Amino acid sequence: MSVVYDILIVGGGPGGMTAGIYGSRARLQTAILEKGKPGGQAATTTEMENYPGFFRETTGPGVMGEFEAHAKQFGTVFLKGNVTGVAFEGEIKSVTTSSGETYQGRTVVLAPGAEPRMLGVPGEGKLRGKGVSYCATCDADFFEELDVIVVGSGDSAIEEALYLTKFAESVTVIVIHDEGILDCNKRSSEKAFANPKLKWVWNSVLEEIQGEEMVEAVVTKNIRTGEQTTREVNGVFVFIGMQPKTEFLKGKVALDPWGYIPTTERMETNIPGVYAVGDARAKYLRQVVTAAADGAVAAFAAEKFLEGHVEGRLTREDIQKLTEGSK
Amino acid sequence: MIELNKENFDAEVLQASGLVLVDFWSEKCEPCMALMPEVVKLAEKNAGRAKFCKLDTAGNKRLAISQKVLGMPTVVFYKDGEKVFTFGPAEIDADGIDAVQAKLDELA
Repeated sequence: MSVVYDILIVGGGPGGMTAGIYGSRARLQTAILEKGKPGGQAATTTEMENYPGFFRETTGPGVMGEFEAHAKQFGTVFLKGNVTGVAFEGEIKSVTTSSGETYQGRTVVLAPGAEPRMLGVPGEGKLRGKGVSYCATCDADFFEELDVIVVGSGDSAIEEALYLTKFAESVTVIVIHDEGILDCNKRSSEKAFANPKLKWVWNSVLEEIQGEEMVEAVVTKNIRTGEQTTREVNGVFVFIGMQPKTEFLKGKVALDPWGYIPTTERMETNIPGVYAVGDARAKYLRQVVTAAADGAVAAFAAEKFLEGHVEGRLTREDIQKLTEGSK
Repeated sequence: MIELNKENFDAEVLQASGLVLVDFWSEKCEPCMALMPEVVKLAEKNAGRAKFCKLDTAGNKRLAISQKVLGMPTVVFYKDGEKVFTFGPAEIDADGIDAVQAKLDELA
């Protein structure tokens, strides 16, 4: 591969694609490496009503399709590949994919995103794809007329629980908090409490998922009383937050103790010319709109870097402070 | 690729001799839609080495469940009508199509 892109973007979610739009529009040779279909996590949820300007019957995949078309229109190159290795030592940076291909960039924007966190309870790994799911739109169909539980009470958990009520016979939400307290936004909780198909189990956590070839039951535990209850269910949908997909960056870019990538306000990592955006970045709010904002900043910073303005970079001491506590 | 349904599944997969790959998918499943072009490419590249099929689970839900598939995307290898290897959503997400190709090379 002899092409050296001005901006090489790892990940085609909203953050990566916005970096693509801004980079290409600045007439920089910009490419996005994405292992699947562009859109990231946003493309796996149908409910999306908080991206400004898109509220009439829009869906996650719909909005992400617009991002993709937008980036392509300005000339962003979409490459297919699952990045498993990076080399950021030299002036020209390179990344390698699982199929052994190498791509080069003068700057790199890391937009690897995040993935659902697993519960870590017995039975979960064994029964994934056999009743344990992290993607309601993928698997809801299977549970028509069946009973499912949802674990979690954040935005994803409650919005996906509402989606599941369109398919499942019953949807029971396991919530760790006291009765009436959810972690999601007010609008979703109002909708959820008004939905007669949703049932609630408060002060509880999931302890075990049982079943041989398919999910048959779960054991929940009331954290107040310690009482355990076995519940017969066919499906378990887990939405207990996310974890950054930064395993391949360990030792290459500074990460915080949770695996997120700390950056400056300009999206700079501790490596000059390497930026991070979106859900894998250490930040306060992870949304499509904030990922897009990160992407714009990173592409702008990369443009300035390529022009030779490199001030405002994290110092070694800054990174030391940000990563304190990690091994 | 052969489109499977309730009517032809037995004949094309369970009563077939040799190696058969089945991609379980549905339109609503975004990761499935992302995987599909890669499976098509894999089928073209390996033509003659196995029979390549896809099953739209919309409308064939019971059939999918009878094959113990309740999560997608899932790619299953059958040999002489017996299930020999399953790539579930976790494996597909982690290793992608390369792992399917490696398994095909091992089984074919």
